[in-house]
Amino acid sequence: MSLTPRETAITIRGLRKAFGGQPVYSGFDLDVRRGDILAIFGPNGCGKSTLINMAAGLLPKDGGDILYDGREVSEIRVGYVFQNYREALFPWRRAADNIRYPMRRMGLAPAQVESRLQSLAERFRVRFDLNRYPYELSGGQQQLVSIMRALAVEPEVLFLDEPFSALDFETTLSLRDLLQRVLKDLGVTTILVSHDLEESIVLADRLLMLTRRPTTVADDVPITLPWPRQAESLAAPDFMALKARCLDVFQRAVAA
Amino acid sequence: MRALTAPVLGAIGFVLLWQVAVWLRVADPILLPPPAEAFSETWRGFASGTLAHDTWRTVQRTGLAFLIATAIGVPLGVALGAQEKLYRGVEFIVDFFRSTPASALFPLFLILFGPGEGTKIAVAAFGAALVILFNAAYGVINARRTRVLAARIMGASGPRILVDVLIWEALPQILVGMRSGISLALVIVVVAEMFIGSTDGLGHRVINAQMLFESGLMYGVIFVAGALGYLLNLAFLLIEKRFVHWSGR
Ligand SMILES: Nc1ncnc2c1ncn2[C@@H]1O[C@H](COP(=O)(O)OP(=O)(O)OP(=O)(O)O)[C@@H](O)[C@H]1O
Ligand SMILES: [Mg+2]
Repeated sequence: MSLTPRETAITIRGLRKAFGGQPVYSGFDLDVRRGDILAIFGPNGCGKSTLINMAAGLLPKDGGDILYDGREVSEIRVGYVFQNYREALFPWRRAADNIRYPMRRMGLAPAQVESRLQSLAERFRVRFDLNRYPYELSGGQQQLVSIMRALAVEPEVLFLDEPFSALDFETTLSLRDLLQRVLKDLGVTTILVSHDLEESIVLADRLLMLTRRPTTVADDVPITLPWPRQAESLAAPDFMALKARCLDVFQRAVAA
Repeated sequence: MRALTAPVLGAIGFVLLWQVAVWLRVADPILLPPPAEAFSETWRGFASGTLAHDTWRTVQRTGLAFLIATAIGVPLGVALGAQEKLYRGVEFIVDFFRSTPASALFPLFLILFGPGEGTKIAVAAFGAALVILFNAAYGVINARRTRVLAARIMGASGPRILVDVLIWEALPQILVGMRSGISLALVIVVVAEMFIGSTDGLGHRVINAQMLFESGLMYGVIFVAGALGYLLNLAFLLIEKRFVHWSGR
């Protein structure tokens, strides 16, 4: 894929990372287009979390560059949604205070904090009471709060690490639906790690399939299905064809 | 109400067993008076004797030692826990003194603080502080890594993470430490009251009653000391429930 510099939100060049002498990445390159949702799919332990943790600045890299329009991650606003919402939300704060937290850290005025909270609640059609503590909410509601918290700072890039893997299927479907709508509305550049091929295709503009370690790109698939993608899209012929292709690539990449 | 039935039945059973033991003359009546005598002696101790004052003195000493222990143990424990490498360095010392019987320290503290109030409170505070420190440090060290990362990505600085995440993560463990600390302080204070030049306190009263063969009163004082320990523990359990509402959920 060739992108002009203006279009590129994230540029990764020559990324290197090893754990205990075992390389995970040795010279990894990637460009992500502004506003795109990039899904990353790959076998267990291939380094998906490692990649987004380095990109989000949570894990030091051994070498190479990860730049956001020329800036380091410390110079931009990012949002991060963890897989395990139970361990990521602050249970001693009410749901609304969890969402306010990053805005306060940013130094937003109280009135602005409240109006952003309000508009997020409307966007995500929140019908439960945000004045409850996280442990009083269902798993889906807690992960929704996590997503709202990550988006509250209006991040330039949003990272999601298997955000739905701890939720049941029905909850996943409705949360997926909401998320794609809001992300496309806001045009946030997003990297989504998923272990569900169908989910990756439904949510993404582009699907990156990774190999086993040392990790390389097995395939880079543009997903051009029209938005919004509803449950019916899952049965459409284009979708089925894409899924078949990706499955094939995956099986060969994992077998190799 | 129903929750109270079992403990009340248990207590009645215990008193009955005691009465039966007296009837069967299991022990000399001087050593084992009937429960009614123990109760009336205790009642007299409160009504016309010094038992209320003794209880109050013991509560005061325990409370003061506990406050000192908390004021030192919590901040120091949190600070050490936040610097895990540093904590690993002093861990041995903390563990060593935590395992040292506090009574073995009395002579040393007597030299340092003299044979007055100071020694009793200092030894109790020292023992309790180590327990509290140890728990606070472990609470911080075992803070959920994900929450710390979440705070960092939301722009929290190091000190902010300490205040907004680590202390909260450690709070359940800190309260457990405080609960063990106050129990330990009570134990040490009572022992100190027995042997370190005292004129009041439950420890002093119980050993006095023993020497004067006032066994009814002796049992009464033992009972009061037990009730005190039990109530302090209970109070802390209630505080834990109230302030750490998220724990285990
Ligand atoms: N802190 C660490 N120390 C040592 N090895 C690590 C560490 N973190 C990750 N690894 C190793 O690096 C590899 C990549 O880990 P990573 O968590 O990025 O995989 P993943 O693709 O996210 O896997 P999963 O699908 O299980 O989430 C794994 O083999 C893992 O064992
Ligand atoms: Mg992972």
